[in-house]
Amino acid sequence: MSFSIGSSSAGMGPRSVLEQFGGTQREGEMFNRDVVTRMLQYLKQYRCRMVLALFLTIVESGLTLLSPYLLKEATDNYILTGDFPGLVRIAIFLALTFISLYFVSAAQRYVVSWVGQRMLAKLRSDLFRHLQRLQQGYHDRNIVGVTVSRVINDVAEINELFSQGVITLIGDLLVLIGIIVVMLSMSPKLALLTFIVIPMMLIATWIFSRQAKKAFRETRSKVAAVVGDLAEDISGMRVIQAFAQEKASQERFDKVNVENRNAYINAMSLSFVFLPSIEFLGMLATGIVLWFGGRFVIADEVTLGVMVAFLSYVTRFFNPIQELSRMYTTLQSAMAGGEQVLKLLDTPIEVSDDPDAIELEEVEGKIDFEHVTFRYRQDTPIVLDDISLAIPPRKMVAIVGPTGAGKTTVANLVARFYDVTEGAVLLDGINLRKIKQCSLRQFVRIVSQDPFLFSRTIEENIRYGIPDASEEVIIEAAKMANAHGFISNLPDGYQTRIHEGGVNLSVGQRQLLTIARAILTDPKVLILDEATANIDTVTEVLIQQALERLLFERTAIVIAHRLSTVRKADWIYVIDQGRIREQGTHTDLLAHKGMYYDLHERQFMGA
Amino acid sequence: MSVHQSSAQNPFVLKKSASLWQLLIRVYGYLKPYWKHTAGAYLSLLGILALSASIPQFIRWIIDTGIEKNQPQVLTWSVLALLGLTLVKGVLNYFQGILSETASQNVAYDLRNEIQKKLTQLSFSFHDTSETGELLSRAIQDVERLRFLTGRATIRILDGALMVLVTMIILIVMDYRLGLFVLISMPVLMHRAYYFGSRFRPLSLMIQKQVARLTTAVEQNLRGSRVVKAYAQEPNEIERFEEENQSWFDLTRRAARLQAVNVPLLFLLSNIGIVVIVLFGGYLVIQQELTFGVLIAFITYMGQLIEPVRRLGIIIPAVAIAGSSAERIFDILDTVPDVKDAPNAQTMSIINGSVRFDQVSFSYGKQTVLSEIDFEVQPGQIVALLGATGSGKSTIISLIPRFYDPTAGKILVDGKDIRQATLYSLRSQIGIVLQETTLFAASIRENIGFGQSNATEEDIIAAAKAAQAHEFIIRSPKGYETYVGERGITLSGGQKQRIAIARVLLMNPRLLILDDATASVDTETEHLIQTAFENLIKGRTTFVIAHRLSTVRNADMILVLDHGRIVARGTHESLLKTSRQYLEIYNRQLKHQELAA
Repeated sequence: MSFSIGSSSAGMGPRSVLEQFGGTQREGEMFNRDVVTRMLQYLKQYRCRMVLALFLTIVESGLTLLSPYLLKEATDNYILTGDFPGLVRIAIFLALTFISLYFVSAAQRYVVSWVGQRMLAKLRSDLFRHLQRLQQGYHDRNIVGVTVSRVINDVAEINELFSQGVITLIGDLLVLIGIIVVMLSMSPKLALLTFIVIPMMLIATWIFSRQAKKAFRETRSKVAAVVGDLAEDISGMRVIQAFAQEKASQERFDKVNVENRNAYINAMSLSFVFLPSIEFLGMLATGIVLWFGGRFVIADEVTLGVMVAFLSYVTRFFNPIQELSRMYTTLQSAMAGGEQVLKLLDTPIEVSDDPDAIELEEVEGKIDFEHVTFRYRQDTPIVLDDISLAIPPRKMVAIVGPTGAGKTTVANLVARFYDVTEGAVLLDGINLRKIKQCSLRQFVRIVSQDPFLFSRTIEENIRYGIPDASEEVIIEAAKMANAHGFISNLPDGYQTRIHEGGVNLSVGQRQLLTIARAILTDPKVLILDEATANIDTVTEVLIQQALERLLFERTAIVIAHRLSTVRKADWIYVIDQGRIREQGTHTDLLAHKGMYYDLHERQFMGA
Repeated sequence: MSVHQSSAQNPFVLKKSASLWQLLIRVYGYLKPYWKHTAGAYLSLLGILALSASIPQFIRWIIDTGIEKNQPQVLTWSVLALLGLTLVKGVLNYFQGILSETASQNVAYDLRNEIQKKLTQLSFSFHDTSETGELLSRAIQDVERLRFLTGRATIRILDGALMVLVTMIILIVMDYRLGLFVLISMPVLMHRAYYFGSRFRPLSLMIQKQVARLTTAVEQNLRGSRVVKAYAQEPNEIERFEEENQSWFDLTRRAARLQAVNVPLLFLLSNIGIVVIVLFGGYLVIQQELTFGVLIAFITYMGQLIEPVRRLGIIIPAVAIAGSSAERIFDILDTVPDVKDAPNAQTMSIINGSVRFDQVSFSYGKQTVLSEIDFEVQPGQIVALLGATGSGKSTIISLIPRFYDPTAGKILVDGKDIRQATLYSLRSQIGIVLQETTLFAASIRENIGFGQSNATEEDIIAAAKAAQAHEFIIRSPKGYETYVGERGITLSGGQKQRIAIARVLLMNPRLLILDDATASVDTETEHLIQTAFENLIKGRTTFVIAHRLSTVRNADMILVLDHGRIVARGTHESLLKTSRQYLEIYNRQLKHQELAA
């Protein structure tokens, strides 16, 4: 955009050149019809702005091409002929060109990034909304980090191409074609001679970008190794010190640290070769203009002004050519990213509301399983095999069995995190499929084994189910859950922020908070996947008490690990390999001396 | 293991913040070992400057002499000279780049090593209160900024400043009237670039942070998807996300506006300079006071100047930011470990196993955690510690390997004050198994052999067998070579615990510290872990945070702790009769184990 003569101001530093050309990890097709059509659909909403951006780009390219031409006019018609008033006129004209160029390119930049960022925000929002509607099965199967990267990174790669990329591409092409046309019309001979440099530049760029990709990938993995090793050292520092392994860990770190340094120096050395090469090619083009142009001027074949204009046009080759050769990389990563994003957007919602699903008014709390068979996916083994359960309102049922027996699946089905494969689960005699999910979950609450808390304040975590709950209600729930005591001892009380993973609270405290969260919502049916983590005695007693209050007067299905819970249950189902093996009360089952008796013996003998 | 998890105190030593200059001097000090590289880079830079400054002169010569005076051989010589000079410049550029890159990468390398080493030396009280993410960001991002500062940033500052200086002199010598015009425009250009840089950099940092927040929002939502669904909170989650998403959009829009207004402005300013040169220079040419070649040379110089000046303006604000990075890094490096070898520390000979706490008190900040703890253990005895959370159990066991030092009193092993022994010789003779087990991203064999580089294959298998871990290990995909951690398999809590036990069995220490709690495991596994514990304790002086009746019964001495004091001591039988506190704990925690048995 700047007006210059004889120097190639590519404007990129060696580091950014490396990143620009080497910065993709993806290999693959350059054009994916599906991705392109769907993304253009997205851009459609911003049609007017896109047209505006395009218009501005065309004007900008025109103005960019105009200035060297004006310089030629000034040289040939006014400076060399001694026409000062004419020179003033053309200088004013040149100034106006530059000023309009300023406004046009400012507007162009702003509009293009606006569209890009708006589209990015929209895509992210759509992805997030879709994720909220996807069934639990999706979340259980997919690694969180990967899905996060879809929403954050892949989307950005698409944007790079579809908003910024397309416009820049058009602008670059226009400028390049414009330069070629103008140069050809000014002096075909000199123009053709100069164009010799173009293929050389393309080849150099192409070679570099292949090398850069490899080298850059290497640096990326080495950085990851440094971060990984250091993160592990920090989190395992207590073990390292306990085993007096400081020296060994320093040596291990030094190894990855050296590799990281060397990988960077290697990769950067590519840039240090590439940038001067491009500069040399630029000078070669300038040299051609000077040598041939100079001779043509002497022979009166072209004017001095044409040669001056050529000098200026030549410097403008470089950016578009480099941008265009980069396009290949951008295309690849945008297509690959787009494919992933579309895959996520198109993931079918398996558990969805029936069109004629109802909202529940009031709930008695009776749960029935009628010949329920379940498998997670068609190609996975059966988890529950023809199970029938009848759980009367306000009774407590315990489900026991070895690990992998299918206990947690029962809990998942009652909350309708999954749909049954065969049979039906009924609430008050109504098939769960006929009830709106949000309505169902107002009355049926699952309290999970793993006490997950959000990194928000304690208060926000307790009121999670009822965001507008008053402070008194929250404190009341915390008291019921025996959590008020420890909360008020914290320096910030209810406003204490929970760190990621809840690390600033003990496991027991986290469980108390999840109980408070459940109590607040006053569910009719409660599914409790009991936790087994070891908790100190005092907290354990607090949890027991809190659970009793939570279960009181509700239909409760407890995946039980504690003997005390099992004893209190009104009815016990023993499940193994997806089938009900035994059922009855604690005393009955012990007397029966079957599977329950064995489990019971083993569980508490060791202590 | 941490004594206190919630603590508002800053783990870093608070000191008066050093001035930017002091920080910079210290940072550049890291270049000292690489002074040859650095000097080479700066010398190359001078060469590059000289060549860049001479190039427009050839263009001038071509036009004024070659063309105007009709001397074609000048064309040939000049063009060859231009190509030759560019070639030399390219070589110099390569050297300058590679030398300064090598030097600055080495600075980063040294800094990272130093930080990592420091982290291994800092005691638990430091690690209790510092966050992994924060430390990582210092070791990675902050170091990266200093690398940039000592490498490319310095080169660009020198390059920009010298380029302006040299060009100005040449322009004024060529034609002082025209030169003065350019002279005026430079400060304006630099000022605008600086203005832009100082506004844009903080904004782009904010955008980075906002992207991080957005990422956390999605991540939290996905990790908690069960809770989100269970409480039917999808609409609220969407609202929260939209808020963050909108803030991100607002920030990027602000950045876009700033860029759109300012970046083309820099070009406009230099272009206006060119208009002035064309107009005024053209006038001088018409008046025959200036040759046309000089005019073109002026325009060429102007074009060469824009980039360095623009970069100069943008880089200066980066230096200020690097200053705060330096501060954060030196904060870590300057923290003095509160547990370290005494100057005259001795290597501790093979421990026999008697331990004595002599009036030991310990405070953490203002809070007293232990007061006047006094007891003695004979070699091979088992000491069980009981008490509520926060009663001081973990602190007592943390004091023995000197993870912390007592505030008052002393701890004697085999009659010698442990502060007189080297940390290495003390810790390498104490085995520790706690509730939460850390495994490293390495093979199972390496994890068991951690710290025992001379252990044989047989030793490792024997340890695994005694720890009841052999069975599940050989059932793993690659047996003992199975990789655990991020890129390998995930082990259950019970499996990790048994590997930790195997690790200590292999180490075969005389002194043992453990927490006999089992992670959430089924009964089968629980039984295995129990057996492993029994194998471990045999014949060693053992301190155990007790959760089990069997442990308490076998203990030679039970210490009941309350608020940092020993409130009762004795055996299970005697305490049942004499101690009300013990009876209470027994009733709550241990009695049901008896009934079940």
